[in-house]
Amino acid sequence: MNTVALSAEEDLSLSPGRHPTEEFAQYKELLFMLTRRDVKIRYKQSLMGFAWAILMPVLVVGSGLIVMVAFAAMSGKPINKLDVLSVAVKSVPWAFFVAAVRFATNSLVMNKELVTKIYFPREILPMAAVFANLFDFFVASSVLVVILLVAQIGASIYLLWVPALLILLILLTVSCGILLACANLFFRDVKYLVEVLLTYGVFFTPVFYSASMLGKWGFVLLVNPVGPILESLRNTIILHRGPNLPWLAYSAVWAILGLLITWKIFKRAEASFAESI
Amino acid sequence: MSNYAIEFNGVWKKFARGEKYDSLRDLIPSMLKMALRRKKQEELGEKEFWALRDVSFQIGHGDALGIIGPNGSGKSTALKLLSGILKPNRGNVRVRGRSSTLIELGAGFHPDLTGRENVYLNGTILGMKKAEIDERFDEIVEFSELREFLDTPVKRYSSGMHARLGFAVAAHVNPEVLIIDEVLSVGDYHFQEKCFAKMQEFVRRGATLAFVSHNLTAISTLCKNVLVLRHGVPIFQGDVSTGIQKYHSFYEEETKSAAIELLDVSLRSESGEERDIFEPGEKVRFEIRLKALKDLEHCHPGLQIHTSDGQLVFVTATSRLTNTKLTLARGEKARLSFSLDLNIHGNVFLLGFTVTPEIEVPGEWLYYNPRLKRIIMTDSRKSQGFLHMNPSVEMQLESEKRSVELAPNL
Repeated sequence: MNTVALSAEEDLSLSPGRHPTEEFAQYKELLFMLTRRDVKIRYKQSLMGFAWAILMPVLVVGSGLIVMVAFAAMSGKPINKLDVLSVAVKSVPWAFFVAAVRFATNSLVMNKELVTKIYFPREILPMAAVFANLFDFFVASSVLVVILLVAQIGASIYLLWVPALLILLILLTVSCGILLACANLFFRDVKYLVEVLLTYGVFFTPVFYSASMLGKWGFVLLVNPVGPILESLRNTIILHRGPNLPWLAYSAVWAILGLLITWKIFKRAEASFAESI
Repeated sequence: MSNYAIEFNGVWKKFARGEKYDSLRDLIPSMLKMALRRKKQEELGEKEFWALRDVSFQIGHGDALGIIGPNGSGKSTALKLLSGILKPNRGNVRVRGRSSTLIELGAGFHPDLTGRENVYLNGTILGMKKAEIDERFDEIVEFSELREFLDTPVKRYSSGMHARLGFAVAAHVNPEVLIIDEVLSVGDYHFQEKCFAKMQEFVRRGATLAFVSHNLTAISTLCKNVLVLRHGVPIFQGDVSTGIQKYHSFYEEETKSAAIELLDVSLRSESGEERDIFEPGEKVRFEIRLKALKDLEHCHPGLQIHTSDGQLVFVTATSRLTNTKLTLARGEKARLSFSLDLNIHGNVFLLGFTVTPEIEVPGEWLYYNPRLKRIIMTDSRKSQGFLHMNPSVEMQLESEKRSVELAPNL
């Protein structure tokens, strides 16, 4: 099936039927351009501009605070600074996850024109959707970093975990994104299901509270593979201690295996995208 | 190294007719069905049809193949398979070399982005590197003639401007293999000419071309070979003029009528020889024998000539020519013979026959077939253009030193 490489120019060939990873490498620039497109469009002709990137996390943090105030009133314990900052540290990545998965789910259907008219590896579309939201995430994170600095949260060696945790989160988001984008192409009601799951998902994820608050039922919150990542972010950034390694490994398995499996499924289904969309 | 830039080997492609499974509710029944008929991936299920059946062709490096056929014959499906947008159910497709597909001009433009941003976006989608776009940016803008609108969002462009920018980007991808679906039908005449010139330039420079169009002049100028498809089946593959004749023969059809049955139809030259190829200026006799299937009173038979793209060239009827009408009892037969001077030029024409009732109602016919016979006109040595006006000339010099030169052996 593979085409014979004839010359250096040949490497640019768009011929179908080549090895997927090799082909993907050639389309890095397209991934970048589509990400840029999605970011640009968001900020063009919009009232909110960059404030948009902050709004979602602010809303999530805000609702988290209300939940905490309610807890504090009930238990009689005062709210401390660290708990508030923990909610902020977990809300920002959660907001990213929600927005990215939502956007990625619709990415193939929204780009119907491209899917039916031009050939390129289709996984680029959901990935660009995730990366565009990653941009918003970095905008929101820089605000968060300023807040943490002002709050004098301090630093520790455990901060070195943060990049690895973020990479795991991105991998997990991408694998959810490509699977759901593909499912939504075949079944248009997937996006409604995703909408509902993402809305209520916050209660099954340790965002507003931590898993330990549920005592022996804490694992319920950690079964969702995003949970251990959020908890680890809180541990390393706010509490200056290492992540819970077994649970983190659990998330890592989900992220890596998930990506491999969803990628396979996506690639298999890809052949019939243009005629099924 | 293979000699072919494009290979299409025994390709079959099926599509589903009607509704698709569109909601999750349908997932379980559809999965059950898939599990049950797993092995029949290559067979036709219910509600499915073959859009292409066993189509094979090859295009050598630097050759151009035109693909023609009536609407729904599978031309665009073939191009989408070539570009990789669709995958065949059976057979295989290979394309060697950097290819660029133009299924629709400006597909992938985003309405909210400016012309400039869209050039970069669309260029990347079509497979160019950023550096390449930088390098060719001025050429692209020059070609599109849209310099002053570069920073306007594309949503404010007219459809013509949209298409111009789309073609300009695509034309500068500089592919080795160019796959083009009918794109010459957009934009004004000037722009179409420009696109066509660009495509000719590609072919001259040695690019391989697969080209779908209804514009047969464009096909015959660009391509030496054509593939003629009908209902997904390859009817003919070979030189362009034979292919175009084959294509036109699709348009001859039979029509059923409750009032009249045609028994015999023929086109004859002056000497009585039956044929369908004529020289401009020749006389033709169009003979018809018909039988009335019901009583007919005072109806008027007529004939029409259309160009192959459907423009009416000529129409007449017995009532206009001899002020006669036709009255037949059921089962009776009649013979008609129209004579015409074929003062028309090198093209394919369609000869139609009609029978109108006594009181003419627009759109109501006793018999109507605008494509009964085709007439192929050869080129005239004496003239060119749409009409053959049976020209003659006299030329005299008002000088005694010279006489009129004779062109050698024209």
